[in-house]
Amino acid sequence: MTGDLLTVSGLTKAYPGVVANDAVSFVIREGEVHALLGENGAGKSTLVKMIYGLVKPDSGVMTLRGAPYAPPDPHRARTSGVAMVFQHFSLFEAMNVAENVALGMENPPPLRDLAARIRDVSETYGLPLDPHRIVGDLSAGERQRVEIIRCLLQSPRLLIMDEPTSVLTPQEVGILFQTLRKLTAEGVAILYISHKLEEIRALCDHATILRQGRNVGTCVPRDTPARAMAEMMVGSAFAAPARTDREMGAVALEVADLSVAATGQFGTSLRAVTFAVRAGEVLGIGGVAGNGQDELLAALSGEMPVAAGAVRLWGEPIGQMGPAARRVLGLLTAPEERLGHAAAPDMSLTENAILTAAAREHLMHRGFLRWGAAEAFTRRIISAFDVRTPGPSTAARALSGGNLQKFVIGREVLQRPEVLVVNQPTWGVDAAAAAAIRQALLDLAAGGAAVICISQDLDELMEISDRFGALNEGRLSEIQSTHGLSVEAVGLMMGGAHGMEVAHV
Amino acid sequence: MLKLEKRPQPSRLWTWVTPILAVVITMLAGGALFAALGQDPVEAISTIFWQPLFGEFAFYYRPQLLIKGAPLVLIAIGLSLGFRAGIWNIGAEGQYIVGALAGAGVGLAFYPTESWVIFPLMVLAGAIGGWVWGTIPALLKLKFGTNEILVSLMLVYVAEQLLAAMALGLMKNPEGRGFPGSRNFRQYESAHNAELITGTGMHWGVVAAMIAVILAYVLLSRHILGYHIRLAGQAPKAARFAGVRSARLILFCLGTSGALAGLAGMFEVSGPAGQVSIDFNVGYGFTAIIVAFLGRLHPLGILLAGTLLALTYIGGELAQSNMGLPAAAIQLFQGMLLFFLLAVDVLTNFRVRLSRPEVA
Repeated sequence: MTGDLLTVSGLTKAYPGVVANDAVSFVIREGEVHALLGENGAGKSTLVKMIYGLVKPDSGVMTLRGAPYAPPDPHRARTSGVAMVFQHFSLFEAMNVAENVALGMENPPPLRDLAARIRDVSETYGLPLDPHRIVGDLSAGERQRVEIIRCLLQSPRLLIMDEPTSVLTPQEVGILFQTLRKLTAEGVAILYISHKLEEIRALCDHATILRQGRNVGTCVPRDTPARAMAEMMVGSAFAAPARTDREMGAVALEVADLSVAATGQFGTSLRAVTFAVRAGEVLGIGGVAGNGQDELLAALSGEMPVAAGAVRLWGEPIGQMGPAARRVLGLLTAPEERLGHAAAPDMSLTENAILTAAAREHLMHRGFLRWGAAEAFTRRIISAFDVRTPGPSTAARALSGGNLQKFVIGREVLQRPEVLVVNQPTWGVDAAAAAAIRQALLDLAAGGAAVICISQDLDELMEISDRFGALNEGRLSEIQSTHGLSVEAVGLMMGGAHGMEVAHV
Repeated sequence: MLKLEKRPQPSRLWTWVTPILAVVITMLAGGALFAALGQDPVEAISTIFWQPLFGEFAFYYRPQLLIKGAPLVLIAIGLSLGFRAGIWNIGAEGQYIVGALAGAGVGLAFYPTESWVIFPLMVLAGAIGGWVWGTIPALLKLKFGTNEILVSLMLVYVAEQLLAAMALGLMKNPEGRGFPGSRNFRQYESAHNAELITGTGMHWGVVAAMIAVILAYVLLSRHILGYHIRLAGQAPKAARFAGVRSARLILFCLGTSGALAGLAGMFEVSGPAGQVSIDFNVGYGFTAIIVAFLGRLHPLGILLAGTLLALTYIGGELAQSNMGLPAAAIQLFQGMLLFFLLAVDVLTNFRVRLSRPEVA
């Protein structure tokens, strides 16, 4: 089982103004896990889209098991034995698992047979999943299993996985890895896209590293230090965030017995969430997506008013205040969704700076906007956080995700908050920029601000936070010091308990 | 094969080219329509767009441009604020009627007293009348979550019944020998919205429209409230995050557009129309929706678009009397304008690419 499954040679794809892939070549062998590494915008997505038939290459050839392979569409790719699990799931929340799987199939069998096959596959590969459950009630990890099983039912030879672990608890990651190993033992090859280097070192046999659309090297992850791989991705050395010892001050933000009903049908209610952050402290809040993170941020930002005493800033009850009033008092927030929530897509960066900074940065006088001051503040954000953009008048939607994230975080950090709450601050940001954002959060805390970092990236939380808690189904676990906290303990706090046991073969 | 490709940001050039393109396409399609009606298309189009400005009787029609344009611009400015915020006031026609009734009511109540305070009081009453009619859908939306489009539209028909009742009842001219309609404000100096400069068509409504254009421009480009209006329309979730209170915005936008429509009605009833009559309203409130969109919801654009639509009103009447075109043909023409505008609008956010179908 060591034959070449897929060879890619000289694959090139150019979009107006940017060459996404420039003569990329590599080989995936049967039964191996092959990692595709690279920063945001390095061309990973374009590359896999070409392999999956979503994008047609400008030049270059691929062969699959020795035969020429040029899928005109994903349908042809699937019949050739190439399947893909996307980062964002395409599932209907109101339907059950079997119905969702049927929707993705060419000729779905009757639902009862399908349910039986789903059970079969899920037991064979150790992916616990009940075909009759409604997808809306499933955790992110379980939803991913639906997607994986949908692929496995087609008995693929090559399975492409795009950032599969970004939404999983450590235990769920463990289950996933066992499944993947079973698959490779049967000769299925896996093309694994991720930027979590430790994971890649644990799982992958070979890695291809992309930078600015070019293949800049290959390595055997097991024998390569994570730092060396990161530097290959970035092309230069960068500094890891440095923590300085700091004094903890008084309690800055206190949340007591905060309960909020779910907003949408598939939202999560917060139940009696209680915690406190001191000045100079970074509190990390982990948890799998959809366990109340968005609701917690909305309750803290003021978008969702709560009982007055449930949120206190420097002892003052502020639960009833709106976002603008809280900002004036020094409580700033940065939501997870960049386009449309943290920033208005069609507005310029200057206008987006006004969005949260109007009062604190004196960008208005008696209600009249001071455009000059607003533009100067925007330029400050752009230079301090290395936002790559033609200028302050660029529309927010024209920025890449990572660059907009830098802008959003920079906008809040530069307003000198007393308490800053961020949700997924480095989501989709490349390694160097992520390090810079984390450093900015640490500097802020060192300067005496209280920082709450809500994130699904455990490495990030362990790196920057002093204390850690996890949200699970709207409840916050006990807060513990991150000092000496084991990954297993963290996993249990995240409540990986549901769906934790591996289905027995 | 034609393919649409999303632009990274909306094209500034196309934002302003599309309305012109829409006008040109409307002229072509309108010409075809008139040809199908058995008229000479070139003559019809020139009757509508050229004759009123440069024809033999231009001295009469040019002032009409201001008289017809002022209410359109005044109403459209108000509507554009709401449209920008995603608040859809479709009932300006009703607010226009109620504003006219309130203003006229105050004027008639003072008859025959002559005093300089009467006209300002009528202006105030007109604005308040429109504001009340516009605030009804706002309050219902906030209290019960009703749809402001439906409520404001239905209130137009209520206002029309009110107008008929007033013209035939309470406000009927006691010296009118039983004819429906109120006293004529032309014969009541203190309440008459007269021409400010003879022969120009310039009346207080034109002044008010100009002031509205300037204030709206300042509001939208310089003031935090205008910023919040734009933000709420473009990204509602981001607006909530910024701390915009949507209830206040709904009250402000529907109230303001109502007040401006009411003002337009008041200036019309006390000036060009002269009296409250059953057929007082001629659809300015609906045409103003076209004006607002044709002007890109931008105050200066609305000024230009209002003038253009006023031209189609005048030219339409001219074509009706000179060429015997049906009145409906002109409404169709105005409707086409909005249709083509919405259609070519896609070019602002997308670019068209020619691509050959890919060979499998």
